Amino acid sequence: MINLVTSEKMTQIRNSMNGMAKGMLRPIARKYDVNEHEYPKELDMFRSIKIMGGAKKKKTGEEPRKDDKPAPKKLGTNLSTVISIEEMCWGDAGLLLSLPNAGLGNAAIAAVATDEQMERFGNKWAAMAITEPGSGSDSGSITATAVLDGDEWVLNGEKIFVTCADRCDVVVVWATVDKKAGKSGIKSFIVEKDRPGFKLEKLEHKLGIRASDTGTFVLDNCRIPKDNLLGSAEVKTATEGFKGVMKTFDNTRPMVASMALGIARAALDFTREKLEESGIKLDYNRNPNNISSLEKEFYIMESNLEAMRLLTWRAAWMADNQEHNNLEASMSKAKAGRYGTLITQKCCELLGPLGYTQEYLAEKWMRDSKIMDIFEGTGQIQHLIVARNVLEFSSKQLK
Amino acid sequence: MEERDFSFGMSEEQRTMKETVARLMKGLVANNAHDMDEKKEIPSDYVQKVWELGATISVIPEEFGGYGMEYSPVMNAIILEELAYGDMALAIAATTPSMFLYPILEMGTDEQKKKYIPPYCDAAFKPCTIAINEPRFRFDPVALETKAVKKGGSYVINGKKCFVPMAGDARHLLVAADLDGTSELFIVAAGNPGMKVGERERNLGLYALATYPVTFENCEVPAADRLGGDKGCNFDALLQKSRVALAAIGAGVSRASFEYARDYSKERVQFGEPIASRQSVAFMIAEMAYEVDAMRLMSLKAASTVEAGLDARRESYLAKLYAGDMTMKVTDFGVQVLGGHGYVRDHPVERFYRNGRGIAILEGMTTV
Repeated sequence: MINLVTSEKMTQIRNSMNGMAKGMLRPIARKYDVNEHEYPKELDMFRSIKIMGGAKKKKTGEEPRKDDKPAPKKLGTNLSTVISIEEMCWGDAGLLLSLPNAGLGNAAIAAVATDEQMERFGNKWAAMAITEPGSGSDSGSITATAVLDGDEWVLNGEKIFVTCADRCDVVVVWATVDKKAGKSGIKSFIVEKDRPGFKLEKLEHKLGIRASDTGTFVLDNCRIPKDNLLGSAEVKTATEGFKGVMKTFDNTRPMVASMALGIARAALDFTREKLEESGIKLDYNRNPNNISSLEKEFYIMESNLEAMRLLTWRAAWMADNQEHNNLEASMSKAKAGRYGTLITQKCCELLGPLGYTQEYLAEKWMRDSKIMDIFEGTGQIQHLIVARNVLEFSSKQLK
Repeated sequence: MEERDFSFGMSEEQRTMKETVARLMKGLVANNAHDMDEKKEIPSDYVQKVWELGATISVIPEEFGGYGMEYSPVMNAIILEELAYGDMALAIAATTPSMFLYPILEMGTDEQKKKYIPPYCDAAFKPCTIAINEPRFRFDPVALETKAVKKGGSYVINGKKCFVPMAGDARHLLVAADLDGTSELFIVAAGNPGMKVGERERNLGLYALATYPVTFENCEVPAADRLGGDKGCNFDALLQKSRVALAAIGAGVSRASFEYARDYSKERVQFGEPIASRQSVAFMIAEMAYEVDAMRLMSLKAASTVEAGLDARRESYLAKLYAGDMTMKVTDFGVQVLGGHGYVRDHPVERFYRNGRGIAILEGMTTV
């Protein structure tokens, strides 16, 4: 039965996460925005706390979509994760992305590692290296290579935009073992930071999320043990392996959507505070055309925030209920990525000088938010996925 | 009360109802909505058939002639979306009695309930309606210009109303008027000499729905017919439900436009391929898809809040504001995707566009 009233359990998670974000992330948000690339040592205490819960290993195939499935009595992992992420990003998104041992690579390892690999890498901080200078959204076109030489893989190539590049212990590197095989030739490899031939070339200077260390790696005849290949080495004719990796995006996209949600809410909360300080009371009652444009803009932003949240929670809830959520995950990120950007922009405008100065965080939220419409699939890629789904078009029918 | 699980999934009952309404509407209007709009008339047996679903009277207690089933704003939002997906004019027409009966049931005195509800709990649809909107610039339902003044054993109402659905045939009206600074509702019977129903209005959309201006000139109403008696009513609660309903209807009319444009874009071939194969069109379709869902989710969130017995002022206000904007965006896209063909009345998207403008405007005309 449909019921979208936030449950007590959800409120509990929200409140405790918000307390943490308020007490530990907010106070150091500006510090690590200014001191780009410096490791936020205050985050060390998070090493034992799991916020971005890694995907559980799943052996069973996908179950068909069912609307009647009763909601789990226990709050699902995906839903509680997106709720937590919203709160943490309300605190600071760059710092959330810098949480130790919670990299995207960790999620990949948790999803497909063998027991032995889990033993060796389960407790390491793992970054993910997919993007290359010539390969962004088209991740099937990567050119980094892996060649088996005896008991070792030899890796060559360049990887950019790797999150946690400096701070991580290992990197999950995507490379092709057979260029002719296309997407099915792409495999992921765990590369330890101290392997010869593996070099952190530089760290990026970014528009926002400066607390997060984004870097470039060069692989120059980098040799790793054969066992460092994640999952199966077999090159299948089908693109199952690649699709499997793409499927993890169905879980991570709502997470990014909730990051956009958290930042936008931070900006809105601050704007509301300033509105109220100036004596404007938001009463959610009068005809929106009989109030000031400031108030109306605020209401419109708040309604969009609500829409972002519901689309995000739905995608997460579906994942918790074993429903196929490829469409809904992309919907949530398409909406949240774009409107998070618009809301943080508009808040700066409404705040006037208070929105442009570094004395407050509003300007930072506007910079931080922009990445949410870019990484884990740009807004345009999300629209493509949504359109292909609702039109029932293949990637050939809609390029 | 035990807390219900948070859930996006429909129950068996909700899905069955949704499918039933969808089937009924498909049978009634799939081929007729255009004609209804052109002829500016809803055949009375269509209204009767929707009435026979029993959605309105099922939740009225047996003692007043209903079936005494559990009142569920969420279910009503589901039903309204589905009705509006079929045809927005019919959706409003067939649920108009709810706007009269539900406020009485919820906020009326025992005498009012006994007197006014049972006659309408009938197998046959009998029109009764509500008058809230006023024909003026900067109209606001929370600041009415129609005034009621206490005079001896009665109230005297003066003012002008517009967009009163079915006022021509209605036997009773609930009239919203300002009484000493607060909005109150008064039950006015047809034939009251102080009330004059004007000529049927011609509007931007909803051609098939008969709406009227109603003028009150020293219209005397017995004190016993002030909703809730001397204590008055909770006008805010009525507005909340009306806003949820408009959001649900917005989702319905938007979905109709989205689906029509989606299907058209797959079939319409230009430059040797379907126009949907171009990102400029496909991205519009994608945006329509998630905005329709967002509208629905917001109406359901607000409905859930009402259903839980919580104050839904914020949720209902935001849901309606959002639906007002987004219905315009989606139905506008619907016309745009069809291009010139969307502008001619052979295709329904221009009707959705005209009807959709009502979501932001027609406050208090419908309810969950």
